[in-house]
Amino acid sequence: MPKKAPEELTWRDLEIGCAVLEPGSASEYKTGDWRSRQPVWDYTKCIKCGLCYTYCPDASVHQRDDGYFEANLYYCKGCSVCSQECPTSAIRMIEEGE
Amino acid sequence: MAKRVGMEVSFAVAEAAKLARSEVIAAYPITPQTHIVERLAELVADGELDAEYIPVESEHSVMSACLGSSAVGARTFTATAGQGLELMHEVLFVASSSRLPVVMAVANRAISGPLNVWGDHSDVMATRDCGWIQIFTENGQEAFDLTLCAFRIAEDHRVLFPTMVHLDGFHLSHMVEPLYPLEQAEVDAFLPPYHYPFALDPDKPVTLGAYGPPFIYTEAKKAQEVALRSTKEVILEVWREFGRRFGRHYSPVETYATEGADTLLFTMGSFSETANVAIDRLRQQGEKVGQVRLRLWRPFPFEELYQAVRKARLLIVLDRSLSVGGPGGPVCSEVKSALYHQKERPQIVSFVGGLGGRDISVADFENMVRKGQKLAAQDAGEYYEMIGVRE
Repeated sequence: MPKKAPEELTWRDLEIGCAVLEPGSASEYKTGDWRSRQPVWDYTKCIKCGLCYTYCPDASVHQRDDGYFEANLYYCKGCSVCSQECPTSAIRMIEEGE
Repeated sequence: MAKRVGMEVSFAVAEAAKLARSEVIAAYPITPQTHIVERLAELVADGELDAEYIPVESEHSVMSACLGSSAVGARTFTATAGQGLELMHEVLFVASSSRLPVVMAVANRAISGPLNVWGDHSDVMATRDCGWIQIFTENGQEAFDLTLCAFRIAEDHRVLFPTMVHLDGFHLSHMVEPLYPLEQAEVDAFLPPYHYPFALDPDKPVTLGAYGPPFIYTEAKKAQEVALRSTKEVILEVWREFGRRFGRHYSPVETYATEGADTLLFTMGSFSETANVAIDRLRQQGEKVGQVRLRLWRPFPFEELYQAVRKARLLIVLDRSLSVGGPGGPVCSEVKSALYHQKERPQIVSFVGGLGGRDISVADFENMVRKGQKLAAQDAGEYYEMIGVRE
């Protein structure tokens, strides 16, 4: 059966008990559209400690090649945990669309 | 065939779970179910049953443990009653929507308050919509037979639904009754080993109990509804095979003396047997009365019910629970709803009684039939009556 988009699935397409047989499919789920605020890094303050990466509950913070961190906005829910935990206050939350 | 023995009905249910070779039993004791899981604990401790026995801290954990064990592919059994069934309430829905075929005996008990450990059907009715297959038994033999059948039904790949076997607390659970158990070889031939198609396995990962956002929840419920309704065919098939093998036959709606009956008495559970004697007595007095007993509560047997009652003029329904502030008895309410669109249907009178362990005698049933006929003649409409209540 060709793979349908989730919104196109009918009740007949569901596995027994809605079991999901494809591992790792949760990564397809866009949690970024829950967000009302997004984190912005000030790399003049960032010491590359990685606490934002460690604390992010959605594993949406990743490290770039230059060693600094940023959020993948496909997943970032805008919870502010990274901003709260940053020891140098390098992460500011700004309103979406600001 | 094993020889006839005298056995406490709770022990008969435990014996059925043992003969079914249950692999996991998660349990928390609660009156009047305790003897079932106590007996199973004894059987496991004595080495008569090779099962993992998990004594947990609450019924919420009982059902949660049962989900886990069923999902790894272990045949899973538990039993509960009353408040215990309520404490596992939310997990019951997860079991059915995840299609995990746990088998559970429920020794029906009144729900507090006031605090009451005795029997009625208020626990079942509060979990009516939890999506399980629900089967009522009337005596010890039925409790034994239908517990065995429950495993075969629940685990069938065309079914995969958790299944409750109801037996009235005390009136049935604590009686010592004569019954014919089955031999292990007979049960083994009837009940194949459990195989869950999505059993949890690190080499073949699956997600069970996934999140169902608004875009898919409706489809999930529709799939569950269609699947639960379609289990009736398998239930009938399993009961037919049980009947062929062991000579004891079961139907979703059982009838007694309905031939030519104008008035039918509708009952569920062990009180049906008392009502049965009342029907005999009334028949001897020349009354055209018969009896209809509902065995299969979910999926509801709409067609069988219709066929059983269509020719009668009056249907008198006894409920052993009360929908407080609602239409009276919940079973009667469903019966009315099931027949409403039929052109040919009896007048219906609703009684609520046998609450919190109160007996209903043969004479009480005779009076109920007469009272019902009188109320029907007065055309009491939506009226229902609590029987035996002191005014």
